[in-house]
Amino acid sequence: MTTPPLLITGADLAGAGRGDLLVADGRIVAAGPDAAAEAPGGTARTDADGLVALPGLVDLHTHLREPGREDAETVETGSRAAAAGGYTAVLAMANTTPVTDTAEAAERVLDLGRRAGYVDVHPVGAVTKGLAGAELAELGLMAASRARVRVFSDDGRCVHDARVMRRALEYVRAFDGVISQHAQDPALADGSACCHEGEHSGRLGLPGWPGVAEETVVARDVMLARHTGSRVHIAHVSTAGSVEVLRWAKAQGIAVTAEVTPHHLMLTTDLLAGYDPVYKVNPPLRPAEDVEALRAALADGTIDAVATDHAPHPRQDKEHAFADAAFGMLGLETALSVVATTMVTEGRVGWREVAQVMSHAPARIAGLAGQGQPLEPGSPATITLVDPGRRVSVDAALSQSLSRNNPWHGRELTGAVHLTMLRGQVTAREGLVWGGVA
Amino acid sequence: MSPARERVPEGTTPTAESGRVVLAGEEIGRALRRIAHEILETNKGPQDLLLLGIPTRGVHLARRLGAALHDVEGVEVPVGSLDVTMYRDDLRRQPVRHLEPTDVPGDRVEGKVVVLVDDVLFSGRTVRAALDSLADLGRPRAVRLAVLVDRGHRELPIRADHVGKNLPTSRGERVWVRLVEQDGADEVRIAADPARREGERQ
Amino acid sequence: MRHLLSIGDLSREEILELLDTAESMHEVQHREVKKLPTLRGRTIINFFFEDSTRTRSSFELAGKWLSADTINLSGKGSSVSKGESLRDTVMTIDAMGVDLMVVRHMASGAPAQIASWTGCSIVNAGDGTHEHPSQALLDAYTMRRRLGGDLAGRHVAIVGDLTHSRVLRSNLLCLRTLGASVTLVAPPTLMPSGIGPWADTDGFGTSYELDDVLPTVDAVMMLRVQRERMSGGFFPTPREYAVRYGLTPARLARMPEHAVICHPGPMNRGLEISADAADAAQSLVLDQVSAGVAVRMSILYHLLAGEGSTS
Repeated sequence: MTTPPLLITGADLAGAGRGDLLVADGRIVAAGPDAAAEAPGGTARTDADGLVALPGLVDLHTHLREPGREDAETVETGSRAAAAGGYTAVLAMANTTPVTDTAEAAERVLDLGRRAGYVDVHPVGAVTKGLAGAELAELGLMAASRARVRVFSDDGRCVHDARVMRRALEYVRAFDGVISQHAQDPALADGSACCHEGEHSGRLGLPGWPGVAEETVVARDVMLARHTGSRVHIAHVSTAGSVEVLRWAKAQGIAVTAEVTPHHLMLTTDLLAGYDPVYKVNPPLRPAEDVEALRAALADGTIDAVATDHAPHPRQDKEHAFADAAFGMLGLETALSVVATTMVTEGRVGWREVAQVMSHAPARIAGLAGQGQPLEPGSPATITLVDPGRRVSVDAALSQSLSRNNPWHGRELTGAVHLTMLRGQVTAREGLVWGGVA
Repeated sequence: MSPARERVPEGTTPTAESGRVVLAGEEIGRALRRIAHEILETNKGPQDLLLLGIPTRGVHLARRLGAALHDVEGVEVPVGSLDVTMYRDDLRRQPVRHLEPTDVPGDRVEGKVVVLVDDVLFSGRTVRAALDSLADLGRPRAVRLAVLVDRGHRELPIRADHVGKNLPTSRGERVWVRLVEQDGADEVRIAADPARREGERQ
Repeated sequence: MRHLLSIGDLSREEILELLDTAESMHEVQHREVKKLPTLRGRTIINFFFEDSTRTRSSFELAGKWLSADTINLSGKGSSVSKGESLRDTVMTIDAMGVDLMVVRHMASGAPAQIASWTGCSIVNAGDGTHEHPSQALLDAYTMRRRLGGDLAGRHVAIVGDLTHSRVLRSNLLCLRTLGASVTLVAPPTLMPSGIGPWADTDGFGTSYELDDVLPTVDAVMMLRVQRERMSGGFFPTPREYAVRYGLTPARLARMPEHAVICHPGPMNRGLEISADAADAAQSLVLDQVSAGVAVRMSILYHLLAGEGSTS
């Protein structure tokens, strides 16, 4: 598909000052104050005055539900939601039915993503067969497949057997893979645990999910990473204690990276008081002190990335007693706005750092060559334009997702995605999704 | 949850000294003494009598009647109270009513001549509720009704056996009974009640 | 009053009104004809997702003695796997034209969620490890009667498996609202999460030593300790629990003479309470059962008898 060259004018280039971006043939051909001079005749123009240009966002942690739960989300609808939220690549978690624990399963997800065409869909491979935590899945075959799987995770479940975790870490070193760990010691927080253990869980009579159940696994895994010399990534870090461990581990030079979800940056455990299952998520919402520690850790680089843990569920899986309802909440379409609200408007980080935690770092962690590139000549024209000052009132009904388990409904956020471009093609504008680029 | 403390103003004086006094002080005492004599006459003596006041002012009046009977006859006539709230037919038309005690001396109405005592007889619905309530307590030999004021406008086939004062009223008027025990003064007032629409029962 | 979901929703005045009404209802219990016409034509569903003979029959009698039409339904535990949500289940029943649902559920918060979905009044008859408001009201009712009037200033110790007890949570709220001072007694493993800040906020005491607390109590409430808890490692053996926290005859002797003993039942004789204590003159166990119907009649009366109640 050929389109005329496009000049994006007057944007703040990821916090590096105002400039233009000249896009042609799916690439950035010129960037900066002088880019306009290089625009050939017939160049289309987009006025981006007052907007911020970021490299396309990359989500390390998305549940697309296909195959198996197409009533919750499909690769297509999830891709649309991702594009609407400014994403150009997502890592699709392996806990589908069947589980993504073979090369064939991984390639199927890859192909579904390509067919949809809104974002690059990269399957995450399961660490263990059937997510059972016992035997390693075919990690090497998944890595060697067309899907080129590099991130492995049993997400939803913790690889809690230290021996299995050690072997997995060692094994994926052969192809520079990374294990993304859902840190939850099942002996300290079993499947019924659904509320941060503390005064609220005590008063509400909800099974407690203590921070230490995460922290002991994080501590163990950074020591395993040190021992094996392998890379470990901690998914959805939720406590101040985990942050302390990560800070220490990074100071030791251990190859650990970590992500935080938008909801753990903003929502707190007191929201569970009404027993509304829309706030049921794993790990659970934590107290304000943890939220503060996570924001600080994201700002100082202890936490590398923001990842959505976008977890769609149909109504029939949420409209149960709190203890029985499904874990998880939507996140793709609101992530940028939440980060802008909690981190940028609060003055904790600039847009350069947002580009870092929502694009560069996740692309690097996942080993995605074509994503998270700087806005420079030669880079793919994979760009997200953000309106930093726009106030948005989240309306769950307007989602591209099939599901409506949206904890942000009715909330006012500052900062919104204006336009998403994947290799020169606009995939979404103002939340409306445009034709795919297949 | 809204508190259920709200009492339904029936014969009470929520506000000022409005309207005109139709019965005051010693007139009330005289009326009650007359009723006491009537009761004894009808019953041919004090035997088997049981006075049950309908809360709240009916209970005070029942006690006074008991005292009057004692003065006349020199015997103690048992006096109790009968809360009819749970038998009312208008519960759904009011905020939840506070329950008052039901206290039947000797716990038996069987074979008794029960005299129900209330302050104002109006629609007759309270008395109807009292009769139903009484039926669930047992089977009295007879039931009679004594009221301080009968203001007419009955909505049920009920009449009082003993009346302190018959008071012609219109439905748009309101009758307030005040008693020393509860209100610090003995008087019956009548006044226009703008809050009460014509035809609405008390 | 629209629902009874948590004691925390009630003011002191509201609790006292419920208890006062229960006094009137209790009197009816001793009549030959126990039935009152008050709730004629109203429909009450006892929707029990978890078995409970005692609470269910108590609510059932309460409804029947007030002339409501009362139906018992037992829900299947969780219907997650069956494709029908809890909301579907209760909306189906609500659609039949129910005035009030008495809900018992093994999951904390389920009655509150149901109240947010349906148009009828909801009474929480015990939800998971959250609350059991009618039990707390009948406990307060029983203690008030036996201790003579006001519970303000009285000292009540609540002892046992506090972590897993909905009776604890409702009683704590009820007793504190009524002005009683409360001390929770349990081994650290059976104290609820966050008990430190919780106790500071709500103004109650905690102790690991029952013997220290007993000499100053006006009432001691012994909560059931399920032997199954042992498998969770909450305490080493029933024997050790009984020795350290059981209401033994020796401990009975440490209590002031006027002090009373409550137990919401069912009792584990020999574990949290000795037979001597359970059957002692100070024991209110049977009074509690007898008060159960009166208190529940009071609850139903306040929810359904006034204007604006659901129809």
